[in-house]
Amino acid sequence: MTNLEIRKEILDILADIAPDEDLSQLDDAASFRDQMELDSMDFLDIVMELRKRHRVQIPEEDYEHLASLASTVAYLEPRLKDIQKV
Amino acid sequence: MISTAADDTRIVITGIGLTAPNGNNLAEYRAALLAGRSGVSRYDIRYVGETLAGICDFDELKYQKRKEVRRGTRAGGIGIYCTNEAITDSNIDWAEVDRERVGVYVGVTEHGNVETENEIHDIKSYNYDTSFWSHHHNPRTVANNPAGEITLNMGITGPHYTLGAACAAGNAGLIQGAQMLMLGECDLALAGGVSESIRTFGIFAGFASQGALAEHEEPARACRPFDQDRNGIVVSEGGCMYVLEKYSAAAARGARIYGELAGYAMNSDASDFVLPNPKQQSRCMELALSRAKFNASDIDIVSTHATATASGDIQECTALRRVFDGEAGVSINNTKSFIGHAMGAAGALELAGNLPAFDDRVCHPTINIDRLDPECNLPGLTINEPRQKDRVETILNNSFGMLGINSVVIIKRL
Repeated sequence: MTNLEIRKEILDILADIAPDEDLSQLDDAASFRDQMELDSMDFLDIVMELRKRHRVQIPEEDYEHLASLASTVAYLEPRLKDIQKV
Repeated sequence: MISTAADDTRIVITGIGLTAPNGNNLAEYRAALLAGRSGVSRYDIRYVGETLAGICDFDELKYQKRKEVRRGTRAGGIGIYCTNEAITDSNIDWAEVDRERVGVYVGVTEHGNVETENEIHDIKSYNYDTSFWSHHHNPRTVANNPAGEITLNMGITGPHYTLGAACAAGNAGLIQGAQMLMLGECDLALAGGVSESIRTFGIFAGFASQGALAEHEEPARACRPFDQDRNGIVVSEGGCMYVLEKYSAAAARGARIYGELAGYAMNSDASDFVLPNPKQQSRCMELALSRAKFNASDIDIVSTHATATASGDIQECTALRRVFDGEAGVSINNTKSFIGHAMGAAGALELAGNLPAFDDRVCHPTINIDRLDPECNLPGLTINEPRQKDRVETILNNSFGMLGINSVVIIKRL
């Protein structure tokens, strides 16, 4: 998957997890928590969805990389580069 | 009716919020009961296939955000809707209420089956790898979930829990709320019952295996308590929550009072997992009458539990004969014939549908009786058409459940 596809995938997951949020103005560089109402269960939802959709296992010590859209894409890029967008 | 109870033990109903398969507030629901309008419809559920159910269509987003609906359970969502509606109905100045003095007591028949079935179904796609099991499973399936979701939604910091009481749970929630008020554990009790049971295939399959799941070409005619052609239970979802207060507090704020809890009782059959025991059912009614200091002749309407199974209907009729034999003034009805069996919500909903009779003196009927079972031919059974009465001062509400749990509530008009 390309970075653009990964970014779109994350936004798609966020839309499911936080259906009341307007994601159109999301700042890629700013943390999710500063822009949205996300708690620890929501972050686990992101982890679970990535596991379900792409079989990506994200260890707990790596959760810090899921802070913002940009950091999440950067973290996932090497892990998803060989996976075709479905 | 003059109360004989001490002031600090007098508990009254001052608010009602409900969702039933044929109405999303008391006015709609009562109108449906008087018009003979059923809430049963066709329903399809995983593995079981096409069946029948009572389905609610309240606005889930009236009191919850979409994220909250997604996070929580159907039982929690039903409880949140009903409780918010009940508070609005009570005209309490909710912003000024000390939330630490509010208790939430919710009856459930079962809880957690829906989520567990869903999760097992989902991980099947992942070869039963449990690393795909949802982190939402535990907060959704803990037994206090429906009551806890209400506290989260409404900022209530007083006590909350559910009461697992099979199909006696709606009455049990109401009784628990009243007892907690009497004990001084809270100043306002939000109490009743909820059911999400139509979302678990297991309850349908279980009743089917037991030979107790209703079938009928016309959904509205499927639930037929006391009729010879009944063939079982229609499973329904729903909820009904009451605002309960001490009479002194309700009177002081000039509240509208739907009725006073005159008496109540719970007991056990100690005889069978499934089959009811009329001796203990009648004993439960007698205990409630005794606590209310009433005779059977003081009761104007009996709201029956009957679910449209042959054994259950006949046993309850046997129990009713023991208590009310020769009492010509009592009218007897059944709400499940309209909405099916709303499980944990049943007792609370069935009482609510009868409470407006204190104002209009009409006993709503039991519908779908075409060929009355002679063993259920009780004097006073209100068949197919509402009955205008000269007097409705008291209502006795039966609610019984598996493992032999019985509950009876008596409400009197003020």
